[in-house]
Parts: sequence; C-alpha cells; structure tokens
Amino acid sequence: MSPFTNLEPFLFWTIACITGGCAIACVVTHNIVRSATWLLFALAGTSGIFFLLGADLVGAIQLLVYVGGTMILVVFGVMLTAQGPFISMRTSSGEWAVSVAAGLLLLSVLSVAISKIGKPTPPSGSTVAQYAPKTTLAEGMTKEGETNEVASKSPYSMAIGQGFLGVGVGPAHKETVNGKETVVRASYLLPFEIVSVHLLVALIGAAYLARAKRRKEAAV
Amino acid sequence: MGTLLFASFFSSPLWYYLLAIIAAALLIGFMLVSAIFSVWLERKVAGRIQDRLGPTRVGGKFGWLQTLADGMKLLVKEDIIPASADQMLFRVGPYIALAGSFTAFLALPFGNMLVGLDLNIAILFMLAVMSSEVFGIILIGYGSGSKWALFGGMREAAQMVSYEIPMAITVLVPVIVAGSMNLNEITLQQRGIWNWYLFHDPFTFCAFWTYFTCAMASCKRAPFDLAEAESELVAGFHTEYSGFRWLVIFMAEYGSMFAVSGIAAIMFLGGWSLGLPWELTDVFAGITGNATAGLWIGNLLNMVVFIGKCWFLVFVMMWVRWTLPRLRIDQVMMTCLKYLLPISCFLLIGVATWQLVLPPSVRTIAQLAIFGLTMLGLVLAILKLLATAKDVPGTGMPSMWQMTNVTGYQGAKQ
Repeated sequence: MSPFTNLEPFLFWTIACITGGCAIACVVTHNIVRSATWLLFALAGTSGIFFLLGADLVGAIQLLVYVGGTMILVVFGVMLTAQGPFISMRTSSGEWAVSVAAGLLLLSVLSVAISKIGKPTPPSGSTVAQYAPKTTLAEGMTKEGETNEVASKSPYSMAIGQGFLGVGVGPAHKETVNGKETVVRASYLLPFEIVSVHLLVALIGAAYLARAKRRKEAAV
Repeated sequence: MGTLLFASFFSSPLWYYLLAIIAAALLIGFMLVSAIFSVWLERKVAGRIQDRLGPTRVGGKFGWLQTLADGMKLLVKEDIIPASADQMLFRVGPYIALAGSFTAFLALPFGNMLVGLDLNIAILFMLAVMSSEVFGIILIGYGSGSKWALFGGMREAAQMVSYEIPMAITVLVPVIVAGSMNLNEITLQQRGIWNWYLFHDPFTFCAFWTYFTCAMASCKRAPFDLAEAESELVAGFHTEYSGFRWLVIFMAEYGSMFAVSGIAAIMFLGGWSLGLPWELTDVFAGITGNATAGLWIGNLLNMVVFIGKCWFLVFVMMWVRWTLPRLRIDQVMMTCLKYLLPISCFLLIGVATWQLVLPPSVRTIAQLAIFGLTMLGLVLAILKLLATAKDVPGTGMPSMWQMTNVTGYQGAKQ
C-alpha cells in the first residue's frame, strides 16, 4: 500500500514504529533518567496513535497523566534513589528472565484478545481531514436514556468515556438475567478500575525502591 | 487533462500532506516571529521601566532588529557541552521544551475556524502538551551535570507540578459557563464585549486574575522565576547552555508565554472578537455575498485582533516581571498551595452554584453590573494616568530630604 494513496496506515506505521523503538530503548537503557526519557517518547507516541484514531480525549489524558507521571517518576527516581550523579542500573539475568516471561505473557493475552475482537468497521469515508464530529458537553448532558444515542452519534471519545463509567457501549449480546433472556451491552468499568489499581502498585513499588536503599545504608 | 490532474490532486491524500506541512510551517513561523518580537519588546519594556533606553541602533529606529542581531550572534557562538553533562539529555532537553510549547499552538484558534486542529477538547489538549514542556526543563537541569542547573530544574519541577492544578481549575470556570471545551465555540459565544466571560459573573472575573497569576508562574516569569534566579543560581537550569540550544530554550519560553496568553484571551477576553456583537466572518460573508471570501477577509481582521490581545497580555507579563521583586522559593510554593489552590477551588464551586441556582435575569443584571463597574474603573484609571502624565518631573531625581516632606513622587516639582 503506497503512502500516497492511503494516509492513515502510513501515519499509523510511522508512529507505531517510533513508539515501539522508544519502548525497546526504554528497556535496554541502563541510565535511569535516559530510560524515563525513552518512556516519555513511547507514551507520547501512544497518545499520537489515539489522536490518529480520533480519540482526542484519551490522547490528551494520556499526555496529561502519563507525561506528568513520568516526570514525577524522574523526580522521585532521582531524588529518592540516586547516590551519585547519572546512576546506571545493572539488571541481572534472573531479572531479565522474569521480565521477558511477564512481557510474553502480556503479549499472548493481548494477541488472544485482539484476535477475538474481529475487524472493526471504521466510519464511512474516514480520513484524517474528516475529524471527530462536533459534540459539545451540553449536548452530551441530555436527559437520561438519551445518552446512548449521543454516544452512538459520536463513536469517538464519548463512547469510551461512557464505557469507563459503566454505561453499556460494547457489542450487544444475549444473556440470561434472573431466568430472563435480555440483550446486554458490555461496559468497561471493571477493566478501568483494574488499570487504576496498577497506579497503586506503582506507588508501592516506588516506596519499596526508596526503602531498600535506606536499609542498605543502615547495614553499612 | 491538466484540470483533471489538478482536481484529483486536491482530493488525494497528498494534498492533505501538503496542507498539514503548510499549516505546521505557518504556525512555527509565527511562533518564531512572535518570539523575536517579544524579546525586542521585553528589552524595550525593561529599559523603559528601569529608566534607560534599551536597544537603539540595529535596524534604525528603536533598535527593532536587535533580536535578529542577537540571534545571529547566538548561532555563531561556540556550542559547548560540559564534560560532566549527560550528552543525550543535554542535547534533547531544549527540543522537548520547544515541542511542548509548539504543540499547544496546534489547537489555538487565531480566527473563526482558523486553527491547525479543531479539537472538541482543545483546552484540555493545550494544558496537557504545555505541561510536558516542564519535562524538557527538568532534563535540561538534570542533564547539565551542574548543581546550579539541578537546583533550578528541581525548583521548576516543584513549581510546575503545584501551579498546574490551580491553572487547570481556573480554566474550568469559563468552561462550565460555556458548556464546551472547544475553543472556537467558546469564542463564538462571547460576541459583544459585555458577553466576554471576564464579565460573566464575579467568579469568572476572579478566575481571570487567578489564571493569569498561575500562567505567569507556569511560564517561569518573575516574580516566579525561581528556576533561573540569577542572584542565587547563576542562570538556573540553563546555566550550562550556549548558542543555538540556549536560543531554543528561550523560543520555548516565549512560545508558551504567547500560548497561555492565547488561552486567557479566548477563555476570558472574547478571543478574536473586537467587542462587537457580530462575528466578522459572517459580516463579510454578508457584504461580499460569498462565504469563502467572508471567511478570508473576516479572519484576517480576527487574526490581527487576536494576536494584538495576546501580545498585550505578554506585555502585561513583562510589565509585572520588571516591576515586582522575585519571591523566595517557600513564598512561591505558599502562594500556590495556601492561596491560589483554595481560591481556585472556591471559584469552581462558586461558578457551578451560580449557574445552577440563580435565575437568568439576576445573572444578566450581575453581568451588566460587573461590565459597567469594570469599564468605569478603566476610564477612571486612564483619566488618572493622563492627569499624572502632565506632571512632568523636573530635571534630576528628587533627593532624599525632599522625599521625606511629601508623599509620592511629587518632590521634584517643589
């Protein structure tokens, strides 16, 4: 497929390759701050993919939360763990094995999930120039019950946001509730909450890193 | 055949590439020209306030080409990277800062639909990318391998992380009034000077001043320029920089000054509207009978008005910088966390209550009252200024014993 006949695949592969390259560099680099910089580029590339999909809100939130988060990581990573300037972290082969196993596990889960979704049907005549439809906040805040209609009119950020809040936006399927068969749409409240628990894990990890250093000092 | 090729070109993706490149080039060109102008203005304003002339020679009158000469000097300067610096971070830092500042311009409308990327959540996007500018600053400070630079970078990190919060909350105040985060739509709602969100209610009126204070702090402008406090830290985070990279750092700073002023102009001061109750693009479309021609002519004027407003706000930032002394770092943090943050939260709750509880008639009366009082205050201030401008001080400054007898700067007359 020539980049001159179809813009979006070309842009997607460009951004995806940059993101992937930065992610690899982030893992390979020994220097902690350099690693964080590569992480920043990888996260910014991810938000670029969100923007390419027309999910402006998710892209902006990705920038706001994760770029800010990485900055905090740098500040705390440097302030709490650094003993000298430009520390480098050596990883043992055992750590490599564990992280590769974890990475492959995640990859396989994602692959299975992606293969189950099936091919999405993009909105007709989709190009970058025809950007996300106009929907204002006021329009979104209509009476209850109408919200789904608005969400279906704008298949971009609003549907994702509502899905995270527990409104059914996923593909419809039949389910037996209280012995009655009803049509249910999937919502994404639970995955969203699980992801947010990860932040807690990161916090505990940061505290652990800082504490381990101090204990070592006390032993010496 | 030729026309067919032409037509197919305009519908091909190649045309979108070209449009995107033109738009990006125009934006970055504007950002650089604006920075060049702002640096010159800064030097003239500083000179005026400090009772000296500022640049006078390069480019004939007023030294208006001084910045170009400075730029030339910086380009040919030796590019030094300290031996103790982290090579990669030192090199990449200024460009991250510039990228953060430039990306904000993508979503900033200069006229009716005259915007690089018309996003529904433009204001959130701008705040998000501008917050990534500080990452560049921290990398600059850390990567320099210098204690002064590190101190500057850490101060900047603490300051930015704190001031981001009240800044974002005060921006939400007009967003609640407008019911939209689309900057184009927000501006179109403010047709007519009395409809500017500055005058909408007491909370938006206070939110403007709070926002502008936070914006000044987020651009590391004095009195909040602790990151580069030259009296303590040589030059703070950019101590080790010279030549082109130093230029890039300052381009980023002046770029983000314009961007935050643009947000202030759009959210509170009617954006590109001159204060008339009509949208100029519609007016010219009516006159010429052609929607496209109206869009072009109207937007040309809109752009001039908008850039004028932004440059005025940038001028106010300079005025404040050269008037007020620098705060201490604890005072900077206290101003944010003890005062600006609670104030902004109060304003947010206040404006939500105002919109929900009060009937529209009361809100209109309050709006007109605030507009009238502000205009009255403005007129009185201008009259006072004109009156004092006539009192030309005598030659030389008043001496100390004269000052003890009279209050203010009247000593020279007696």
